[in-house]
Amino acid sequence: MTDFGAAFQAAITLVLDWEGDLAEIVSLSLRISLTAVAVAAVVGLPLGAALALFRFPGRKILVVLLNALMGLPPVVVGLVVYLMLSRAGPLGVLGLLFTPLAMTIAQMILITPIIAALARQVIEDLWDEYAEQLQSFGAGPGRAVTALLWDARFSLLTAVLAGFGRASAEVGAVMIVGGNIDHVTRVMTTSIALEVSKGDLALALGLGIVLVTLSVAVNAAVYLVKDAAQKRQLA
Amino acid sequence: MSDRSKADKGRAILPLELRDVVFQAGGKKLIKDMSFTLSGDRTTIVVGPNGAGKSLLLRLCHGLLAPHAGQVIWHGTTRGGQPGNGSDLAVRRHQAMVFQRPVMMRRSVAANVDYALGLRGLSRAERKARTEEVLSHTGLAGRARMPARVLSGGEQQKLALARAWALRPQVLFLDEPTASLDPAATHALEAIITAIRAQGTRIVMTTHDLGQARRLADEVMFLHRGRLLEMSPAERFFTEPANDLAQMFVRGELLWWRRRKERDPRHDP
Amino acid sequence: MIRTLTRRALLGAALTVATSLALAPLVTPTAQAADRFITVASTTSTQNSGLFGFILPKFQAATGIEVRVVAVGTGKAIRMAQDGDADVLFVHHRPSEEKFVAEGFGVKRFDVMYNDFVIVGPQADPAGIKGGKDAAAAMKTIADAKAPFASRGDDSGTHKKEKGLWKAAGVDAAAASGTWYRETGSGMGATLNTAVAMNAYALTDRGTWLSFKNRGDLVVVVEGDPRLFNPYGVILVSAKKHPHVKSADGQAFIDWLVSKDGQQAIADFKVGGEQLFTPSAGG
Repeated sequence: MTDFGAAFQAAITLVLDWEGDLAEIVSLSLRISLTAVAVAAVVGLPLGAALALFRFPGRKILVVLLNALMGLPPVVVGLVVYLMLSRAGPLGVLGLLFTPLAMTIAQMILITPIIAALARQVIEDLWDEYAEQLQSFGAGPGRAVTALLWDARFSLLTAVLAGFGRASAEVGAVMIVGGNIDHVTRVMTTSIALEVSKGDLALALGLGIVLVTLSVAVNAAVYLVKDAAQKRQLA
Repeated sequence: MSDRSKADKGRAILPLELRDVVFQAGGKKLIKDMSFTLSGDRTTIVVGPNGAGKSLLLRLCHGLLAPHAGQVIWHGTTRGGQPGNGSDLAVRRHQAMVFQRPVMMRRSVAANVDYALGLRGLSRAERKARTEEVLSHTGLAGRARMPARVLSGGEQQKLALARAWALRPQVLFLDEPTASLDPAATHALEAIITAIRAQGTRIVMTTHDLGQARRLADEVMFLHRGRLLEMSPAERFFTEPANDLAQMFVRGELLWWRRRKERDPRHDP
Repeated sequence: MIRTLTRRALLGAALTVATSLALAPLVTPTAQAADRFITVASTTSTQNSGLFGFILPKFQAATGIEVRVVAVGTGKAIRMAQDGDADVLFVHHRPSEEKFVAEGFGVKRFDVMYNDFVIVGPQADPAGIKGGKDAAAAMKTIADAKAPFASRGDDSGTHKKEKGLWKAAGVDAAAASGTWYRETGSGMGATLNTAVAMNAYALTDRGTWLSFKNRGDLVVVVEGDPRLFNPYGVILVSAKKHPHVKSADGQAFIDWLVSKDGQQAIADFKVGGEQLFTPSAGG
């Protein structure tokens, strides 16, 4: 119990001392995860829509694969990205290992399947309803995809949020490809892992409280925006 | 509006000719060797008992389904086995269809119309003008900003009609548009259909409401089990149909007859 | 309708801004600092003790070179350096370091500092080894008593040292893995956390132990054996193997570490009033 009390105290101290390292770590975490989510959404949403709309050989296998990839182990993703970006790896010349960009890439690989798989489900349901009407309008595949993405936007937002949750909570992959370098690649989750390894469990939990609060805040903000947009539609 | 809609036409897509069209599902022929020609400037009502193939026929004509055999020919443009080829789309752009259950896009009422017009490549000003016009013709002007999905069933079907109307099609297919509506809404919808018809759009509509068929039809097609058994001017169909089954259908006896037949499969006309 | 369009345009603009805001800083900090930082592959023991946090700012102030430390186990650190993913290797397992240089991956090994390992264990001391000076004998006693022992089990410098001690004690600890001998496969801190939770003995470097906050019932039970000596070496990765290695800045870091200033900085680093590392540069 004392640990929990100390953890809350640590969390409060951390937030009060906002100007310190915490602000840097929080902003880096957000930047990396938001970028990863943005890129994953740009890739995953149309991919999910395409899988929902088009029938081609191997589609079912791809759908199953995509659903399975939602549970991609972060450590494996981290390792693969590490080996690719290592100086000894195929993309070594880029010198990206141990940079925030490497962490973004790892997170993006982790969450693109999540966003794509959830988007496929959402869009497939909508397509069942829209298919004949859009075909009747003479909408080509491209126009159909954009219409579906737009009309399913509120459900898709939830898919994107799921991706963000996974990205910001993830530690295994960013630890491996980022290296947890102080002031360079240290994010919320790797800080927590570091404090645990230093045995400072209270500080670790304190950081955890900040991370959870942050995650709740992001979700609440998105929810409010979504709610307002939906209400305005009904107004 | 009719002046502009004539200018819109560019090329006439009628007549529509079906030649020995077959459509099957699960090894069962649902449309059997159907041939007919639709031309002229009138309203054709397709009637027949459930399972006659009315809805399938509309989808085949509109190009949403491809026939397994035979041809759907729009003014010389052949539909073989391949759906969705270029010429097909060009012809479909002069048609519109309203389904039994209206598909309401998750947008505002006005945006629903605007979307369909956008696919025709119309300018923003033209889209706005047409949207306002059809919404006011269908009594939905006051609802323009509401999400389409909160409209009542009757209003949703009005919007589906408005959306189709805005496209100024040469041919409008209506698949049981009033099937799930109350009498008042049905009446309102029929008035809209009549107005669209008055502006020169060829209407092809299915219904199992014989009263509605009498009110709207210039010409009636009677389908039974995937076959076209009779196609005649409305007046003649309702007074002295040539086909026996059509006669029973008009008298309201066909359902009873079918039931008896199902008990005794050897009895086949 | 117009409002819908405006809203869509706004949304598009917002997305673009958000994306560029998010992307820009990802690229720029590395780009700006690109010519003036080096990457050092080192061990969790040095990082967790807080040594780097203490001496690196002094080095940066003196030279303007930023040092980015990736703290992993010695085995992983050496692998990183071999792959060319670090400019400087800073670890504590002399045989591996010498092999690294002999194979041409490193330029030259420099002595920097040393500390020592200690055996920690529960206050109650079930194996009865408290106060001993002979590490191997103590570990033999632990094995005979089948008292729980938490091992790194991660091929790190500390793990290699521990395996050497088991060998000296004539105990085949690996054979007992899963019973009283428990391999965590984790860093020093995580292993200590495990030891605390299980009331187990563990071998740790003194630096990590002194700065470790979650000690529970554990105390130092054996120390002072010469075999527990723990020297740290620093090696510049060879540009012959990896031309992109920042040799000049890397060497500058090594030069500073073994210089009077660097050695003094190491000596000045204290946790709880206790000096953790003893400078040992030959110079």
